Amino acid sequence: MMLQPATHAAAAGPARAHTGLLARIADNERLLWRLMLAPAILYIVLLVGFPFFLSLYFSVSDVTVGSREMSFVGLENFRRVIESRTFWTALKNTLIFTVVSQLFVIVFANILATALSVEFRGKWFIRLLILLPWVAPISLGAIGWLWIYDSIYSIINWTGQALGILGPDRWPIWLGEPTLAMISVIVVQIWRIVPLATVIILAGLTSIPQDIRDAAAVDGAGFWRRLLQIEFPLVMPIMLVAVLFGVIFTFTDMIVVFVLTRGGPYDQTQVLASWAFFTGIQGGDLAGGAAVSLFLFPVLVAVAILFLRLARRAEVT
Amino acid sequence: MAKAVNIRNVVKTGGHAAVLVFFVTFLAFPFYWMLMTTFKTTIDLHDVSKNPYLFNEPPTLEHLRVLFQDTQFLQWLINTGLVGIAVVAITLVLAVPAGYALARMTGHWGQTLGIAIFLTYLVPPTILFIPFSRIIAALGLQDSLWSLVLVYPSFTVPFCTWLLMGFFKAIPRDLEDAAMIDGLSRFGAFFKVVMPISVAGVLTAIIFAFTLVTQEFVYGVTFITSASSYTVSVGVPTFLVRGDVYFWGSMMGACLIASVPIAIIYNFFVDRFVAGFTVGAVK
Repeated sequence: MMLQPATHAAAAGPARAHTGLLARIADNERLLWRLMLAPAILYIVLLVGFPFFLSLYFSVSDVTVGSREMSFVGLENFRRVIESRTFWTALKNTLIFTVVSQLFVIVFANILATALSVEFRGKWFIRLLILLPWVAPISLGAIGWLWIYDSIYSIINWTGQALGILGPDRWPIWLGEPTLAMISVIVVQIWRIVPLATVIILAGLTSIPQDIRDAAAVDGAGFWRRLLQIEFPLVMPIMLVAVLFGVIFTFTDMIVVFVLTRGGPYDQTQVLASWAFFTGIQGGDLAGGAAVSLFLFPVLVAVAILFLRLARRAEVT
Repeated sequence: MAKAVNIRNVVKTGGHAAVLVFFVTFLAFPFYWMLMTTFKTTIDLHDVSKNPYLFNEPPTLEHLRVLFQDTQFLQWLINTGLVGIAVVAITLVLAVPAGYALARMTGHWGQTLGIAIFLTYLVPPTILFIPFSRIIAALGLQDSLWSLVLVYPSFTVPFCTWLLMGFFKAIPRDLEDAAMIDGLSRFGAFFKVVMPISVAGVLTAIIFAFTLVTQEFVYGVTFITSASSYTVSVGVPTFLVRGDVYFWGSMMGACLIASVPIAIIYNFFVDRFVAGFTVGAVK
């Protein structure tokens, strides 16, 4: 390994002599780091920072898809949004969608990660199956669910009747009734996030040194004691990471609602992100859409702050 | 005593198996159901009086024929591939040097900048798609695949920079120092010493940039309006799901073909993905 650089040096030696300026840049570390970082940072500023500020500007303007000019209207859009009944439905739904799905995700992911933390035959294949909902494009996975929830051919209903869980004349229309539609959407979100949370928590579980477990067993700690006093506190930070990502991917998601219900019936399953889409893009009211989507921002900030604190703590230890 | 232990073991293994069966059923069932639906005849799919878990008529390839011959599915696959390749190229050009610089910067700045870049990955498309629709229109890129090529790096670059930073940090600095003593410049050392041994890291970044592209939906549905320019993840749920007649067989085939290969490749790299997400909260 150590010989390799020497041979390269022989090739690079003469080239260095006649590229004075380039060589100086290449050797000046601070300058080099800046040059290497600049393109990426420029791209991110132009394609994340700029649109973000544009979105702030849109939300206080009267811009529409077709308009040439836009003027400042102050907080008019926000007033319009807050006065709309759909906004409150969408806000409530977004919170229910996020909180309920993530509660299930935490419980499910912990159980599943514990089951996967021991060795058994066929584990690789089982893991592949379990990961499918996360690694497959969600817009396509949701189409699969659209078929499962179908009003006439729902496999859930057929199975329920065959097993006698559903009475012979009961045939729920999953996506047709507000409460059922909300449950259906939440189930799909749980289905999609559980794999991600599971692999994150699994990474945490496998990082607990075996000797801590052994020591606890030798000292006579029982199953519950070990679970509550050793595994749980050690896995806590990583579980928080899983929750952070679950919350952010759920709170800002519009795909599941878009594909399954388009916000229906009668906007009853609309979430903030999907409503921003229907207002801003399909309705052409860019200003209103921007105002709606900005309600996603506070949660984003909260998650980012928590994330930073976690990262800092990881740095210290 | 031995018997008690035995019973306990049986209960334990049984419980373990039950947990796995429950979750595999819940998580993988939709894909199993896609597989069944793809190969069932339309008559069989629409006959509720027979057991839907079985093939009551012989399997058919008709739905796949319709998918490839009568829809633009193949075009969508090609579009996805083209956009993916272009985005991967842009991502590598931007993220490899940035990741390396962040890994080697001394002092607090490297870490802070790295986290700042990663945080931009968390800014969701659902906040940016409205201003973007206007920007794309101003650039005259509506309905063009170039709009996606331009915008997708906004999430692949932050993620891959972060990922590569972690990867480059694991490469010992001594290696480059030795090369520099032998006369290479810092940049030369990066290019000729670090890059060749970073193939695995770069490959991981390529896989993630590509899978993130195939999964994207929000920008695609916002910028693209004509069917021939769709990517797979947008075309199937918007164009095939239209009107009252759903071509369930073809649709399920489309979902299966577009998602399972990605899933299998992704599966090999998912541990790296998790490592990127957990920011050293796991050591």
